[in-house]
Amino acid sequence: MIFVVTGTQLPFDRLIRMLDEIAPLLDEEIVAQVNGCRYLPRYVNTIDILPPDEFDWLFSRARLIVAHAGIGTIISAMEYHKPVIIFPRIAALGEHRNEHQLATAAKMKEAGWVYVATEKDELQSLLLKPDLRPLCSIGKTASESLIESITDFIEH
Amino acid sequence: MKIFAAASIGGHWKQLLRITKPLENRFEMVYASTHPKCATMINGGTFYQMSDFSRRDAWRIVPMFFRLLRILWREHPDAVLTTGAAPGLVCLMAAWLLRYKTIWVDSTANAAHLSASGRIACRFASRVYTQWPDLAQHGVFYAGTVWGIQETKAEEGD
Repeated sequence: MIFVVTGTQLPFDRLIRMLDEIAPLLDEEIVAQVNGCRYLPRYVNTIDILPPDEFDWLFSRARLIVAHAGIGTIISAMEYHKPVIIFPRIAALGEHRNEHQLATAAKMKEAGWVYVATEKDELQSLLLKPDLRPLCSIGKTASESLIESITDFIEH
Repeated sequence: MKIFAAASIGGHWKQLLRITKPLENRFEMVYASTHPKCATMINGGTFYQMSDFSRRDAWRIVPMFFRLLRILWREHPDAVLTTGAAPGLVCLMAAWLLRYKTIWVDSTANAAHLSASGRIACRFASRVYTQWPDLAQHGVFYAGTVWGIQETKAEEGD
């Protein structure tokens, strides 16, 4: 199952439409968490915002995560050791307030932490790969050096 | 010692918890966020709900600011820590007014430049961190990230 996460603040119709067009090529269920999607997909199962336990359940069942460049989702994907394809929102298309998702996605791609697609072709070829592996997994906490620096600053 | 930790629900809150979980062994923690369900993600302890707001209903800042002032005065923490966004900034302003130590950790989402709230925090917060080494400059520290992937020593840019 491919779990698609688009956040709780804004719709992301462009991604849902694209996935719906790619879906017939894939032999896999696509479940998408959406918020106010105006596009009615034929193949993608859309669900509204979920409570955390149901969200976690879908997350743990998924083979692959496709998501906007939201930090919460990327953290979850890495904590669950799931491969994740980031498809950033573009503010110029009215999908966000500013272009920080493009910058985040570019930096994360550069660091080699996640797969990134910005066009339908890229997304399609990544989805057709049967062997996507998590590029990066993380522990439960921030850098030790950051924790130490903050602790030090508070105590002195 | 006591830390008052605040962030909006979502990515900001997740980032905050990745920082505060290891601090729980060492400090008494009090949390605040913009959604009641965040209370289920901390191990007991005190939780306050802050109202969320956007530019459209920015007037909400006023009652929230005074409520946070009262809460912070009562809790009397040794430091106030936030990962944003705007409600975290308001929290930091109230803490600054009470002369508490204030720490802003800019979201990892701001890879190209500090967030707008982060730039405001730079003017008054006791300590500002970025999570991108190339954004460290005078008064903006880099000491690592919420991801915990790269381990680099604390440094201040020049």
